[in-house]
Amino acid sequence: MVAMATAESFVLAIGTKKGLWLATSPDRRQWSFTGPHFLMSEIPSIGIDTRDGRTRIMAGVRSEHWGPTVAHTDDLGATWSEPEQGAIRFPEDTGAAVERLWQIHPDAESRPGVVWAGAQPISVWKSTDGGEHFELNRGLWDHPHRSEWGAGYGGAAAHSIVVHPAGETVHVAMSTGGVYRSLDGGTSWEPRNRGISAYFMPDPNPEFGQCVHKIAADAAVEGRLYAQNHHGVYRTDDNADTWNSIAEGLPADFGFVMLTHPRREGRAWVIPLKADGERIPPDGELAVHRTDDAGSTWKRLDSGLPAGEYNSVLRDAASVDTAEPAGVYFGTRGGTVYASADEGETFQEVVSHLPDVLCVRAAVVTGA
Amino acid sequence: MPDITVVLPSVLQPLAGGQSVLTAPADGPVTVGKLLDSVTSDFAVLARRLRDETGALRRFVNVYVDGDEVRRLQGLDTEVAPGQEVLVIQSVAGG
Repeated sequence: MVAMATAESFVLAIGTKKGLWLATSPDRRQWSFTGPHFLMSEIPSIGIDTRDGRTRIMAGVRSEHWGPTVAHTDDLGATWSEPEQGAIRFPEDTGAAVERLWQIHPDAESRPGVVWAGAQPISVWKSTDGGEHFELNRGLWDHPHRSEWGAGYGGAAAHSIVVHPAGETVHVAMSTGGVYRSLDGGTSWEPRNRGISAYFMPDPNPEFGQCVHKIAADAAVEGRLYAQNHHGVYRTDDNADTWNSIAEGLPADFGFVMLTHPRREGRAWVIPLKADGERIPPDGELAVHRTDDAGSTWKRLDSGLPAGEYNSVLRDAASVDTAEPAGVYFGTRGGTVYASADEGETFQEVVSHLPDVLCVRAAVVTGA
Repeated sequence: MPDITVVLPSVLQPLAGGQSVLTAPADGPVTVGKLLDSVTSDFAVLARRLRDETGALRRFVNVYVDGDEVRRLQGLDTEVAPGQEVLVIQSVAGG
């Protein structure tokens, strides 16, 4: 009698300006692709949900002509489903319409079926049925600050949702508006931006209004988060009550990406760009920078990356997986995606010449 | 009275059961908004592709009544008479 081994494999989803590509790999080196799915629609958000014994991929699809929607597949893109009435729509009394899905975030293992979404106009949503229907978070939508939140170049977006794996704390980051925190699962929200600069405003240290580009939580340290700001890289150790700069040692403090390790304390990755007025890798030399000590020092990682790269990397065009060692993935606006199977020490080009990469997500899946 | 017809672009026809033309019976003039309500009542996804949840036409969806785009008329309140043809055409947009 031969026992069937349970194999681990990897799924990589690449959302671009003109469609979605899916790839699978047994080893994070050889990838088999399908796509484009949703050709000529942009895919700015993807969620891969491996809970409940299945691999569900949710895509925030947006057609310039036909509008936004959320579709999902449980068979790696062979078939896609979309509820007849749509997965996400503003209640009638709001008078608002969803313009774009910026984030699709499966909640913790302990809350199967719960999926969060961030959208434009600035709004946060929650699904309890695996991303098939989302409900507007009224606490944030009705927040008295909402009329003062602004729009970044890409639009007014709630783009980061960080949910405590066990408790009721939720952090949201928006451009522009900054970081907001809920301690009651999303019922009420307060701005939490002390220490984050908004140099582009008359008061550079406002209560809110910052242009935080991405936040991520340290999986091993309670209350610790990292933020890549519109100029500025920060860390908080007190659940976002105060933020402190950790930009020293980086070639630039501008960028969009912030990734954290799925388990290891103090390990995070950024991909610096020179400046808001010069959105290219510093000196045209693309590199990932990793800290292993929560931002006290940074290590430049460019093995396998090209010499001379003038495309930027957008906020959600980067991801980590949960393998050991963790994989690191990112894509450029030039349509190239790189993957590292060793936490960023070495990168390999996975695919090139795609449309602008807007979103990258990767996951470990288990199959027979 | 003759029906009002709504002609769909090929890209949307799969959302209407493969039909290229949808028809609505009319006893008299109806607005474009009511006409779209009627012809998409069995095709919810098609309805969402044409209009957002506030009922507004999506930015790059154009609706023509006798050759005139309704935004130059009275928008979704533009009236259509029995026997007239309405064209749905996506804008030439993108890059």
